[in-house]
Amino acid sequence: MTEKPAMATLPPPDVTVTDMTKRFGALVALDAVSVHFESGTFHALLGENGAGKSTLVKCLMGYYQADEGDISVNGVTQHVTNPRHAHHLGLGMVYQHFTLVPSMTVAENLVLGEEGLSSVINWKEHLEILEAFMQSMPFRLDLNRSVSNLAAGEKQKLEILKQLHLGSRFLILDEPTSVLTPDEADQILGLMRQLTDENRISVVMITHKLREVEAYANEVTVLRHGRLAGQGYVKDLTHADLIRMMIGNEKISKPAVRTKASRREIALEIRNLVVGNDKGLTAVSDASLQVKEGEIVGIAGVSGNGQTELVEALSGQRDEESGDIFVRGEKYGKTRSEMRDFGINMLPEDPLNNSCVREMSVAENLAIRIFDQPPTTYAGCLINRGAVRRHGRDLIERFRIKTQGPDARIETLSGGNVQRTVLARELAGDVEVLIVQNPCFGLDLNAVAEIRNRIMEARNGGATILLISEDLDEILELADRIIVMFEGHFVFETSRDKADVHEIGRHMASHI
Amino acid sequence: MTDGGDLGWWGVLIAVMGGAIRVSTPYLFVSLGETLTEKGGRVNLGLEGILVMGAMSGYGTAVVTGEPWLGVIVAGCAGSALALLHGLICNLTRVNDIAVGISLFIFGTGLAFFLGKPFINPSAPRLPHLELGAWSSYPQVRSALEINALFIIGVVLAFVLAWGLKNMKWGLILRTVGDSTEAATALGYNVNWVRTMGTVAGGFLSGVGGSFLSLYYPGTWNEGLSSGQGLMAVALVIFARWNPIYCFYVSLLFGGATALGPALQTVGITSNYYLYGAAPYFLTLGLLIYSSSTKHSLAGAPGEVSISR
Repeated sequence: MTEKPAMATLPPPDVTVTDMTKRFGALVALDAVSVHFESGTFHALLGENGAGKSTLVKCLMGYYQADEGDISVNGVTQHVTNPRHAHHLGLGMVYQHFTLVPSMTVAENLVLGEEGLSSVINWKEHLEILEAFMQSMPFRLDLNRSVSNLAAGEKQKLEILKQLHLGSRFLILDEPTSVLTPDEADQILGLMRQLTDENRISVVMITHKLREVEAYANEVTVLRHGRLAGQGYVKDLTHADLIRMMIGNEKISKPAVRTKASRREIALEIRNLVVGNDKGLTAVSDASLQVKEGEIVGIAGVSGNGQTELVEALSGQRDEESGDIFVRGEKYGKTRSEMRDFGINMLPEDPLNNSCVREMSVAENLAIRIFDQPPTTYAGCLINRGAVRRHGRDLIERFRIKTQGPDARIETLSGGNVQRTVLARELAGDVEVLIVQNPCFGLDLNAVAEIRNRIMEARNGGATILLISEDLDEILELADRIIVMFEGHFVFETSRDKADVHEIGRHMASHI
Repeated sequence: MTDGGDLGWWGVLIAVMGGAIRVSTPYLFVSLGETLTEKGGRVNLGLEGILVMGAMSGYGTAVVTGEPWLGVIVAGCAGSALALLHGLICNLTRVNDIAVGISLFIFGTGLAFFLGKPFINPSAPRLPHLELGAWSSYPQVRSALEINALFIIGVVLAFVLAWGLKNMKWGLILRTVGDSTEAATALGYNVNWVRTMGTVAGGFLSGVGGSFLSLYYPGTWNEGLSSGQGLMAVALVIFARWNPIYCFYVSLLFGGATALGPALQTVGITSNYYLYGAAPYFLTLGLLIYSSSTKHSLAGAPGEVSISR
């Protein structure tokens, strides 16, 4: 068995980062940033995507080697060379993408990382020790459950428990609430705050959510474009201060204006749809909904409750087991000609894999919907490459896609620009029905505002929009009607005016 | 109907069962080896080449030293060496394990034919077996119950591996690496090293499986010795759901299918002999169609194995 430092006796590590710089080629990801993570505090690292938060903690954890700068733990300068080394110093990280082994049980996952694990595992002894460990924790999990059956919130708890079990006293949480319901997020962050207040651990939380910083952190460090943009105690800073530090003096475009819709016919209807998942289990069960013209219906839910399978069924990537989809009263068979006739457009999640051809150029990807129609095609079968390029150049300009040119391969673009490219393609033509999934995932605040504006414009123009999003704020901002999806069922529906965050959150977590 | 001994159709059944035990041994070793490799997250399609190489090197060693067990060990080591080659090449970035496997298959068989030319004529001592059928007066029963030593080792090994994958440190590490590269990296394991070791261990077992072909049944060395057991074992592992104990059962099934033709011959059904000989290939096709689905991915497949992604 491993010797772990006794939780109650040693204070959590006190970590200082001095003038840390990290370059990736020409890009300076982190520019002389210094932070002091005081022992026993809850420290938030705030910033937009690409601000350098992850780079900073990855240098701290030994995933990257910083080009310049020092790390000192409890006053001793350390050269952290790999994650193992960081573990020895008591540093542990909980990743945004879970690093649990799905086919194993909770107990197996907890035992896995133990130092000096004997070559034959005495499960009886280990289970007793783990049981005792669970009893000492503020939250517990059944040791014999398989990780693949845990809900997202439980996986997050297991990640935290794993780090504590391994003896980490300095926990880095990377966007810990991105997959949680509001209540689960409050619960987990509250428990982390409790553990720091008891001086049992130090916590560093990477986030872009101001609310979480204000509610749970003692101290905050704000990064912008790889530089230190501000630092201080949360109690000394106002909401406006934090926003200013985070985005600088850039102006954020105003939220889109919602106009009264005039035409109100049902354009998209799903009737008793049943869809299976990759494991052959039912992912969407008996789902029915109607979306009218000039309406945005938002489907809220924690990731993994059947949203992806629903979108795949609508896009034709997955066959439904039963049920029907109707567009303007006609059965929709998901063929290319029907998509064109009905004016159906889609922005699925992970657009680079789901709706782009990686090896093709930006212009070619922009022409995927129209390349086989005049004017990009002539004589019925020949592609007019000049027209494809002109079309591409036009959309690149209109949607401000950052690319080396229309001939650059799409996979060379950043995630946000791939998103923009697909959105440009889908919104360019005649949009009657638009299905979008997590359209703003991983984008900076300005891009988010712009994309939401475009979706709202399409709605105001009379388009029928189904918005599937894991970001509840996005749903609350855009949707006219909100449906909550839980374990494949539509469990709750509310109109925009009556929407209540806590009620929605409760339904995201359970049937009741 | 010509006479098949005193047992008639029972004779066929007994011959199939005896054949299943005899013929299943190489399937068992190769599939256990492939299970280890795939649990680590890689597919080694070169097992057929490793099998043939094992058969040749084991036979050659036994001819030269007169010691069949030394041949088995040399066969295992030759298999490990080829598997190590697979593992090291796959450690390079952007290398596809399937493509490397196919080239290893061709390389291994070619090398074995080249090096094995001098051993086609001399005969090697055979591996021992247990006579569990001595109580019976029927020659068919006696011959069916001649249990070879490698089969017993293989069965024990299947259970040991199943236990070890759950209860031993290497088992947990191998499954972690095979199921989630991210998790393994975060825990500080060297993913490439673990996968290479999984492949090498798999190569050892496949080599041993090959030595059975040349040192027990059929018990000679020639270029037509293997009839695709190494390739079929890959399908067998899928059907066995990456479970060593199921590998044992499915190996018996494949062994039985292979023994069908010769068994029918004992009762005088000689027409369509080659059609019956194709039984294992039909079985492979049938099982793969049966166990696949357009709706869902394979249950129990290690997450990082390329055939399950």
